[in-house]
Amino acid sequence: MTTTSNTPSEAEATIGDPVVAPTPNDDRRRRIVKTRDFKPTDAALLIVTMLSAYSIVWIIFDQLTLLSGEFGFVVCTLGIFLALYWFVNLQIYGRHMAVDRLLGGLVTFGALCMMLPLVLLVYYVFAKGLPLLSFSRFTQTQAGVGPLSPISKGGFLHAIVGTLQQVVLAAIMGIPIAVLTAIFLNEIGGRIASSVRTVVTAMSGTPAILAGVFIYSIWVLTFHGYSGFAASLALAILLLPTVTRGTEEVLRIVHNDLREASAALGAPDWRTVWSVVLPTARSGLVTSILLGIAVSIGETAPLIMTVFGSQVMNLNPFKGPQAALPLVVYQEIKLPQKSAVALGYTCALVLFILVFAIFIIARILGSAWLQGVLRSRKGGAKGGSNAAIEEDLMSVALAPAMSMGLPRDDRSLNPDWGGEE
Amino acid sequence: MTVIDAAEPEALTTTQKPIKIAVRRSRADNVYRRVAWVAAFSTFVILVLIGVFLYLRARPAFDYMGYWGFLHTQVWNVSGSHPSFGVGSALVGTIVLAIISLIIAVPVSIACALFINEYAPSKLFGFFPLKGLLTSMVDLMAAIPSVIYGLWGFFVLQTSMKGLSRWLSDHLSFIPGFKVTTPTYTSSFFIAGTLVGIMIMPIITALCREVFSLTPLGEREGALAMGASRARVVKDVVFPFSKGGMVGAIMLGLGRALGEAIAVSIIISLTFGYPNHVLQPGGSSIPALIATKFGSGGALGAAGLLAAGLVLFFLTLIVNLIAANIVSRQEKKRQ
Repeated sequence: MTTTSNTPSEAEATIGDPVVAPTPNDDRRRRIVKTRDFKPTDAALLIVTMLSAYSIVWIIFDQLTLLSGEFGFVVCTLGIFLALYWFVNLQIYGRHMAVDRLLGGLVTFGALCMMLPLVLLVYYVFAKGLPLLSFSRFTQTQAGVGPLSPISKGGFLHAIVGTLQQVVLAAIMGIPIAVLTAIFLNEIGGRIASSVRTVVTAMSGTPAILAGVFIYSIWVLTFHGYSGFAASLALAILLLPTVTRGTEEVLRIVHNDLREASAALGAPDWRTVWSVVLPTARSGLVTSILLGIAVSIGETAPLIMTVFGSQVMNLNPFKGPQAALPLVVYQEIKLPQKSAVALGYTCALVLFILVFAIFIIARILGSAWLQGVLRSRKGGAKGGSNAAIEEDLMSVALAPAMSMGLPRDDRSLNPDWGGEE
Repeated sequence: MTVIDAAEPEALTTTQKPIKIAVRRSRADNVYRRVAWVAAFSTFVILVLIGVFLYLRARPAFDYMGYWGFLHTQVWNVSGSHPSFGVGSALVGTIVLAIISLIIAVPVSIACALFINEYAPSKLFGFFPLKGLLTSMVDLMAAIPSVIYGLWGFFVLQTSMKGLSRWLSDHLSFIPGFKVTTPTYTSSFFIAGTLVGIMIMPIITALCREVFSLTPLGEREGALAMGASRARVVKDVVFPFSKGGMVGAIMLGLGRALGEAIAVSIIISLTFGYPNHVLQPGGSSIPALIATKFGSGGALGAAGLLAAGLVLFFLTLIVNLIAANIVSRQEKKRQ
């Protein structure tokens, strides 16, 4: 740590002073040098181009009606907008700026395309599921609910109980192995570590239905029959690679100084991991585990061939078919009755809320933990946090738990890369 | 960690010999290492067990149909006096579906990853955390259960894509597979593929974003200092550096697309025969076949489905191993 005595106010006073070389961990590093300005005239240009593109397409659509529906309209508008925007910028700023703006427009469009399904999906699930959601849905089962039953009858208490039992059992089986594997990959390493990592990455892409088929062939077919436990075995297989990758990322963030300090005090390896690495990584660990659970709660495909589904409550996960939330959705929406489909929507809403809640809790825990780790690494300098790097770290650290996670170089994880030494 | 080689130049000049420091581990340490090793190895064992057990249980189906017969038979008749079944059409259908989903997902994912990484301000208008929000939303999309995607795809996406399907078949029917002979445009490969594309977008985006963020800062800043526009930085610095990682990300997305069962089985109406159309109803894929036909056809049918699972297992395993290898080679290159 070089000069961290600057309070924020002092730092502000010296902003714009080119003589003072910016030091790391200083508030001044937050200052962004704007390489290209987006002036009000540019904003006006953007809006005017959008409007003209819209009106051109409106005229064409009105007269020619090449396409039907909003989809074609939006695509045409965007295409014409991008062409116009490129041309206008070409006239004003020249080729380079025009290409830059065009790419900017394209990638913004890509991001919008990405977000649109999510927004529509969340809206749709709430709009369809909310009207039928009532307290009684959480206290009733589907026992005795037939095609002629009133729509208010029936609930999914049995499915909630089933899902919770299955996921908890899966977590009990899968998480210790996943965490140990991550510890092996990150703390022990060695020659086979990289091949194990490759296998874990490959396994994280294994189709969910294969886990179900596998458990069906190894467990259900061999005289055990359908049970919640079979489902939890399949879910554990699916949980394993996700949690392993996430935990490995989290362990990688734990600073090496801590390990070295522990080793220097004479602690054996297991003691370092147990008393230093894991407690430091605790919340991050919880985050990666929760994200793994959030994904595995929604797995439907393996449930078809392991729990089979049931209309009635079955409190024993080790014997007999059970119900599960995703399975209820899958089975109800395939039925011809409107009331069954409606119940499927409501069940989907409950499932979504469950996944979303776990996801949000994991996120909050994870980002709080990451900030704590970063602050402690900076020797307790509270004010001088680097917002940009922290934010980047947060997203970098938490993203892979969801997907498979790519390896990254150490620099992006080390906040001191700005040059402490 | 076993032997620390202290061959520092200074050490060499004083002792002329590298000092070997042997680490003697306690018994507890050895147990800890062994346990962690067993846990890590169990992942490998599970993967092998999946293959072995699927094969053992699928033997009756292979014995009945023959390996080649199972691979190219198009129909799935497991009941009756003369059962005949195979994954021929489902295998081709799986690949068609995956190609459609990649065509949809790859451009959008790369654009979105570029937007998050290169263009999105971390604080829009000074207060709105656009970058963080987008990253979280992408991750949330990856966590949404596939059955909810299937529900939405069946009731919303399908109806809103009818118009596009009709337009494609009306104006581009010279492209093979785009000709529609039925009056409806639903339950098709195209719609199922679009939905699967939407489902694999967050995976490809998250991985591409990570790859892009690994671009060396020095090169990036050097290009900017020489007056390159953002577009040029993307084209000449970011893309060349992340080519391998992007391929790995797309391959992992492909692996997911090949294995998606629930959403596809909700959308597509299962028909057999090699697919010669993508816009009209009907089609099949191996995971959807397993999900739909499960529980019908007795012992031979179950064995047949397990055999189909085995084919899917090898297909996805090859794709995923190639992807994981690309990814780990990238890792080595960077170190």
